[in-house]
Amino acid sequence: MFDHDRKLAVSRRFFLRGTGAAAGGMALLGDDRAAAAAAANEPPISGPGMVPLTLNVNGRTYDVSVEPCVTLAELLRDGLDLTGTKIGCDRGSCSACTVWLDGAPVASCMLLAIDVGARAVTTIEGLAHGDTLHPVQEAFIAHDAMQCGYCTPGMVMSSAALLERNPHPAIEDIQAAISGHICRCGSYPHIVDAVLAVSQTRKA
Amino acid sequence: MASEILRTENFPSGIASAGLGQIERRIPIDEPPPLPVNSALQVIGKPVSRQDGRAKVTGGVRFTVDVKLPGLLHARILRSGLPHARVRAIDAEAAARVPGVRAVLIIAPKDAVLRYAGAPVAAVAATSAAVAEAAVRAIRADYAPLPFVADLDIARRPNAALVYQPGEQPSLAVAEIPIATGLPIAGNVRGPETTGGRGDIAQGFAQADVVVEGEYRTQTQTHCCMEPHAIVADWRPDGLTVFMSTQYTAGVRRELAREFNLKLSQVRVKVAAMGGGFGSKSQLSGYGRFAVMLSRQAGAPVRLVLDREEEHLDTGNRPATWQNLRIGARRDGTLTAISLLEYGTAGVGVGAGVGNFAQSLYACPNFASAQNDVFINAGRGSPFRGPGNTPGAFAMEQAIDELADKLGFDPLVLRDRIDPSPVRREERRLGAQRIGWDRRHKPGTDSSVIKRGLGVAQSIWGANVTTNAACEVRLGRDGSVEVLSSVQDLGTGIGTILAQVVAEEFGLRPEDITVHIGDTEFPAGPPSYGSQTTASITPAARDAAWRVKQTLFRQVALTLNADADRLAARDGRIASLDDPSRDIGFREACAGLRTDQISAVGTRADDYGGFRRKNGDSAGAQTDLGGVQFAEVSVDTETGAIRVERVVAVQDCGRPMNPKLIESQVQGGVLMGISYALLEQRVMDQHTGHMVNANLEQYKLVGVSETPPIEVIVLENYQGQSATDAYGIAEPSNIATAPAIANAVFNAIGARLRGLPMTRAAVLAALGRLPQRS
Repeated sequence: MFDHDRKLAVSRRFFLRGTGAAAGGMALLGDDRAAAAAAANEPPISGPGMVPLTLNVNGRTYDVSVEPCVTLAELLRDGLDLTGTKIGCDRGSCSACTVWLDGAPVASCMLLAIDVGARAVTTIEGLAHGDTLHPVQEAFIAHDAMQCGYCTPGMVMSSAALLERNPHPAIEDIQAAISGHICRCGSYPHIVDAVLAVSQTRKA
Repeated sequence: MASEILRTENFPSGIASAGLGQIERRIPIDEPPPLPVNSALQVIGKPVSRQDGRAKVTGGVRFTVDVKLPGLLHARILRSGLPHARVRAIDAEAAARVPGVRAVLIIAPKDAVLRYAGAPVAAVAATSAAVAEAAVRAIRADYAPLPFVADLDIARRPNAALVYQPGEQPSLAVAEIPIATGLPIAGNVRGPETTGGRGDIAQGFAQADVVVEGEYRTQTQTHCCMEPHAIVADWRPDGLTVFMSTQYTAGVRRELAREFNLKLSQVRVKVAAMGGGFGSKSQLSGYGRFAVMLSRQAGAPVRLVLDREEEHLDTGNRPATWQNLRIGARRDGTLTAISLLEYGTAGVGVGAGVGNFAQSLYACPNFASAQNDVFINAGRGSPFRGPGNTPGAFAMEQAIDELADKLGFDPLVLRDRIDPSPVRREERRLGAQRIGWDRRHKPGTDSSVIKRGLGVAQSIWGANVTTNAACEVRLGRDGSVEVLSSVQDLGTGIGTILAQVVAEEFGLRPEDITVHIGDTEFPAGPPSYGSQTTASITPAARDAAWRVKQTLFRQVALTLNADADRLAARDGRIASLDDPSRDIGFREACAGLRTDQISAVGTRADDYGGFRRKNGDSAGAQTDLGGVQFAEVSVDTETGAIRVERVVAVQDCGRPMNPKLIESQVQGGVLMGISYALLEQRVMDQHTGHMVNANLEQYKLVGVSETPPIEVIVLENYQGQSATDAYGIAEPSNIATAPAIANAVFNAIGARLRGLPMTRAAVLAALGRLPQRS
C-alpha cells in the first residue's frame, strides 16, 4: 500500500514538473514510465501533456483534454466555465470549492480531474432542477445565509449533501457537516438557521 | 452653501425603544420631505431578502475571479523570499523567452531595496497561469541580504536592524486614515503622535483617588477575504477597463486616471460581486498597478489573482500593538485622567495608532497619548474593520472594567456614570436585560473546574459620510424602475437597500426595482469602507427617486385633475390624498410619460444638522455610533480553553434600513471579534523573517464549531440628519467583542488576560498553571 502511494505521488510530482516549458522533453521519459508501469501491472500513468478525459458533470457528458496536473476545480472553472465553484485556498482548508462526487461532498481543489473517473460530478450550477431550487437554496435566501457569497456555493453543496443523506439533521449534524467551511463574513448563524429550517419543515 | 435656500421641516427624533419626539430642521429646499419612522413605512426597515440571493446560491454571480475576456492573459508576481535585501542584479530575459509569455515587468530593479518577505520583485503575463508561473521561476534575481527585524519589541531596541536607513522615507499612504506628517523617526520608531490631547494630565492623576495601569498586547490580524485580491485589466488604445475586487470603484478609477495619465472618461472600473474586503481592498494597490502595466505592455487583457499565501503577506493587515494604559478616577467613578503610551507596528508602513478610542469614549477632562509606529520587516498594515478602535478597545474596555472592580462598582454602573452617550445608556439597558446581567457573580467566585463568566464592553465609531455620492433613478414608460450607482456591494447588500429606498418612494415592491451597481459608468457612489456606504448613498437614491416622482406626479396631476403636491404613491398606485377615489395604477401613469424614459441623479446633501467635521468629501455626523456587547463565556481551568457561550450585541446605525441584512452583518462582526479574541495571529519566525502560518489551516479562523448564539438588538435611532437618516454598522459591530470576552473571562476566573489572542496557554499562565516561557 505504502509503495503504491509513493509511486503515485512521484508520478504526480512528475506531472507537475511537466506542465512547464520543458514538457516536450519529458514525453519520452513519460512513455518509458508508462511502459514500466504496464509491465509491473501498476495503474496506468497519464501524461505528461494533454490527456483526453470524459467527465459527467451535472448530468452532462463532457469530452475534454487536460494536463494531468489540472484539478477538478480548475477544470470546472476554466475548462467548463462552471465558475460557481470557488477556489479560496487551493489546498483543501477552506472548502469553498466543495462539489459532489456521486453525491458526496469533496474539495474539488484537492482532486485531479483525471482521477474523477466515471463518478458523477454535481456542482452548484447543477443542484437546482430547472427553476426549482433545492430546498436548502431557498432557505439560504430566506434566512440570508450569506453575505459576500464567495463561500456560499460550497456551503450550499455541503448542506444539501447533509440533507440528502439525513433529511432531519440536528444542529450538531449541521455544524459537523460545515465545520470545514470558512465564511469570513461570519454567516454561520444564518447558515445553521437555514439548514435547520429545512430539517424542521420537512415531513417526517 | 450659505446662500442655499432652506425650508423648515419636522423630523422624527430619538430612540424608538426609549420614546420618540420630533426635531425641527432647516433643510435645503430641494431635499425630499422627512421620512416617517420605520413602522409607518412599507419597505424600508423591513427584513427584505437580498436581491442577488438567488444568483449567489446557484453559482450565478460573477466575481472578479470569474471574469473571462477573449485573449485573456494570466499574470503572476515574483516575490522576495528574503525579509530585507538589496537587488544586486535582476535578469528577466529567460522569462521573456518562455513560450507564451507576453509581458514582463521588473518591479524592483537593480539596487532597489526589498523590505519584507513577499515584497513584489517582478511580474509576468502569459497565455496561461502555468506558463506565467514557469516564467516567474525563470527570472534570475540576485539579492544582497540585509539585516532584518520582524518583531515589535526587538525593533524598538537601540541596536535593532533598521528597516529604513536614516533619510529613507516610508510611504505614508493609508486609505482614508489621517496620518500625521512630519513626525520624527528614531531607529525604527516613528512618533510619537499626540493627537487629541486635552487638559493637564499630571494634574488629572494628582486628583485621582484610584489609578489602574496595565500593559496590553494585540496581535497582527490578516484580512483573509475568501475571494483573493483580483483584477482583470484591459488596456486599449481608447481607454482602460478594469474588473477589480474592490471596495471603491470610483476611487480606483481616480487612482488609475492619475497613475496612468488618463482622463476619468477613459477609465472604467467594474465589480459585479466581491468576496469580502474588510478594509484590505480599499485602493488600487501595487498588484492592481502591475496588472494594468502588464496589460498595456502586452496589448491584451491581463488577469491577476493573488494566491492565499500572497493574501497573508502582501494585502494589508491589522497592526499589532503594545499599549500601556493608565486611568485615574475619583472614588465616585469620575474619570480624572487617561494616559496612553503605544507602540504598534504596521510592518513597513504606518497607521498603527489606537488613541482615538481612549480619547473619545468617556468623559474625562485630561487625556494624553503618545502613539508610535514601529517599523518591522513585514507586509504593510492597512485599514481593517474598525482600524485603531478594535485594538484600542481591547485595552480601554478592560481598563475600565478593572477600574470598576477596584472601585467596587458593577461595570455597568460605572459606565452609566462616565459615559455621556444616551445611545449606549439605552443599549446597556437593553443588553443587560437580554443577557440576564443580574446573574453575574463576583469575579473569580465560580468554584467549578469549568468556570462561567459574563462581561460587557462598549464601542464608539464615527458616523462617517462621504458627500461624493451620487445615484441615478430611471423610470420607463412601461413602469420599469432602475437605480444606478458605481457603489459596490462587498456583501452587505447595499443593492437591496437601494431597491428598498426607491421602492418605498414609488410605492412599489423592492423586487420591482432593477439595481445596477459596481460600475463607474454610473454616477459615482461612495466607498464601502469606513461604514459609510448606507449613510452616503441611500439619501442620494431617495433624492433621485423623489425627483423622478415629482416629474411623474406633475403629469399624473393633470390626468387626475389633482394637486401634484397632494399625491401619494402606494401599493402600486398613485392616488390623491384629498380624494382617494382619484387614483391611477403606477404602470398606467408611466405610460403617459413624454419620453421613453425619465431620470434624475440625486446627491448626498450635508447632514441637515451640519457635520461635526468635514475634510473634502469626507465628513462625520454630529453624533458617533455607539455599541454595547455582552459576552458569556466558560473557561476550562484544566485545559485553558475559552468557549464563548453567547453574545448579545446591541448596536446603533441611525435608522435601520433592513434588519435581516443588519443581523447578518452584526453577527459577522461579532464572529470576527471572537476570531480576533481567541484564534487569529500572524506568526513571524524571527530567524527567517517569514510568516510561518500564511495559509488557512494554521492561521486559525473562527468556524461554525466556535460560533455561539449571537443575539442582535438594533436601535431605531432617529436624528433627522438626512433623507434616510441611516448610518453604518459594519465596523461598530466588530469593536467591542474582544474586550467583552476578555471581561467575561476575568469574571469567570478572576484573572485578567491582557494579550491577544487569548490562547489556552495564556489562560493557564494567568491561572499560574503554566511555567512562564522566557
